[in-house]
Amino acid sequence: MTTETKELKALAAKIRIAALTAINSIGSGHTGGALSIADALAVLYGREMRVDPANPSWPERDKLVCSKGHAGPAVYGTLAVKGFFPYEELRTLNQGGTRLPSHCDRNKTPGIDMTTGSLGQGVSLACGMALGEKLRGRDSRVFLIVGDGETNEGQVWEGFSFASAKKLGNLVVLLDWNKRQLDGWTVDIHDMGDFEAKFKAFGFDTVKVNGNDVDELAAALERTRKGGDKPYAIVMDTVKGAGIKEVAETAMNHTYPVTDENLAIWKERLEAEIKELEG
Amino acid sequence: MIKIVYNGELDPRLCKQVLGSTIPALAEADPDVIYLDSDLMNCIGTAKWGAAHPDRAINCGIAEANMIGVACGLASEGFKPIVHSFGCFSSRRCFDQAFLSAGYAKNDITILGTDPGVTATMNGGTHMPFEDMALYRALPGSTVIDITDPTMLESVLHQCVDLPGVKYVRVGRKSYAKVYEEGSETPIGKAITLREGSDAVVFATGIMIHEAMQAAQALEKEGISVAVVDMFTVKPIDVDAVCEWAGKTGAVVTAENHNRYGGLTSAVSEVLGARCPVPIEHVAVEDEFGEVGTQSYLQKRFGLTAEHVAEAVRKVISRK
Ligand SMILES: Cc1ncc(C[n+]2csc(CCOP(=O)(O)OP(=O)(O)O)c2C)c(N)n1
Ligand SMILES: [Mg+2]
Repeated sequence: MTTETKELKALAAKIRIAALTAINSIGSGHTGGALSIADALAVLYGREMRVDPANPSWPERDKLVCSKGHAGPAVYGTLAVKGFFPYEELRTLNQGGTRLPSHCDRNKTPGIDMTTGSLGQGVSLACGMALGEKLRGRDSRVFLIVGDGETNEGQVWEGFSFASAKKLGNLVVLLDWNKRQLDGWTVDIHDMGDFEAKFKAFGFDTVKVNGNDVDELAAALERTRKGGDKPYAIVMDTVKGAGIKEVAETAMNHTYPVTDENLAIWKERLEAEIKELEG
Repeated sequence: MIKIVYNGELDPRLCKQVLGSTIPALAEADPDVIYLDSDLMNCIGTAKWGAAHPDRAINCGIAEANMIGVACGLASEGFKPIVHSFGCFSSRRCFDQAFLSAGYAKNDITILGTDPGVTATMNGGTHMPFEDMALYRALPGSTVIDITDPTMLESVLHQCVDLPGVKYVRVGRKSYAKVYEEGSETPIGKAITLREGSDAVVFATGIMIHEAMQAAQALEKEGISVAVVDMFTVKPIDVDAVCEWAGKTGAVVTAENHNRYGGLTSAVSEVLGARCPVPIEHVAVEDEFGEVGTQSYLQKRFGLTAEHVAEAVRKVISRK
């Protein structure tokens, strides 16, 4: 394993601890969908994105839209680990008056670039942001995380066809293909078929990777730096609940309790992993 | 039969349990009843029945606008669709479809919006509809209902199935203070007097019924006599009840878990202004977006408590 791989894996573990810590403060939350994107967030914020935690609204930064806004705690965990705001603040998740509501809110949280929560809307927002960067002549890029269940929304596909039609090569879609949505398995509820083929048909430069593997993610993201005329799609084959066996192995894990007891056990496991990686 | 049994205690039944048993019961009693959801069957206890009856329970995935359109198509085939999403999504996320494909095209459907207003608690501002009644009230010929308790929910659902037009029913998934004895029937469009009084009347809906009753009890100790009327049918509003109580008390307060614009406050004001003008005060959200927190935090934050109702009553009486 390269040093960078180790660093990114350790960061992903730290993001998992941070997200679980936040969710633990209210006992339960959207645990499955937060865990599935921890590795992608680690590679984005640990390697790919141009951001400055001390200056979260720096106009030249790269931007993230987490369109599956219910995964807020995973993004907050990432931002806290990266120093956008004090780590202890994770404990205020969903408390009255908090800067960390369950769904991402650009007006509340330092480092959150867009407000999401009504599934589908983040896609169009990200398209507008990517278009805006181009119109402003900036080389900033927009990264867009979309849930697989979320793609049931027609707006998602309106946005994707817009991105392609307007040649938004500065837009990178990361599809969290974790195979589950709220009511269960996506194939049972509303089978979306072959995402790779769909993205290609919509004119995206498309790759499929193991979305819980930091090396594969890093390589796929690096490819997108060349920009060009086509938007990028990375179909991330992930596990809903990845990194925490008990969550991953529970079929209905859209929400999953993070009790004090669970947190202690999971934290210990993840901390041991970090220790080993950091030598 | 309506029997009022309010004593301030919670109804042991959760509304999601009532939804989870009533929707299947309606479908089993009438082959034309069909239920559509948008990936939220698990949230209202219909998932198990739905999985066993895929022809009667259609999970449309997370695609509310499409769901409304599909429901309308089914309605044109003679079905009686009941569709569900959270109130935020079953109103604004699909309003054009509800307005045109359902309302204008006269495809009659029942739309359920769960977790209205502050009852959306932990889902926060994006999920907290303070405007759903305003939207649906603006749809010609619609019926708009803010549910009071689990018993009313059951009664209203039974009536909605065969009622013409677009019916919008907002209801929290948890419990409410028990107001009606199980088995009570609450006819849509008829206000229900929960408490007599002579100094002022509070027209309330949804979670604000309990707050209004608590306020009335507290005010009684101050020597102020307050009537409380359940205005669960916000549209069509019970004009006679509004005028009757405005006349008897000369002072009106509205209490709703909704924006002050477009919901109960507007509906009652419209009647008072046109027919029986008396002073009115409101307890409602002051034109703000929602935010995250517990329900008790949010009720305080947005001014939706018994104390706020009591204050509004004192104020309106001073204006007589
Ligand atoms: C428009 C809209 N409809 C419904 C919901 C409620 N909801 C929140 S998460 C979710 C399931 C999302 O599934 P998916 O996109 O696959 O996310 P993940 O599996 O990554 O958690 C639903 C239905 C919502 N937030 N927005
Ligand atoms: Mg999913």
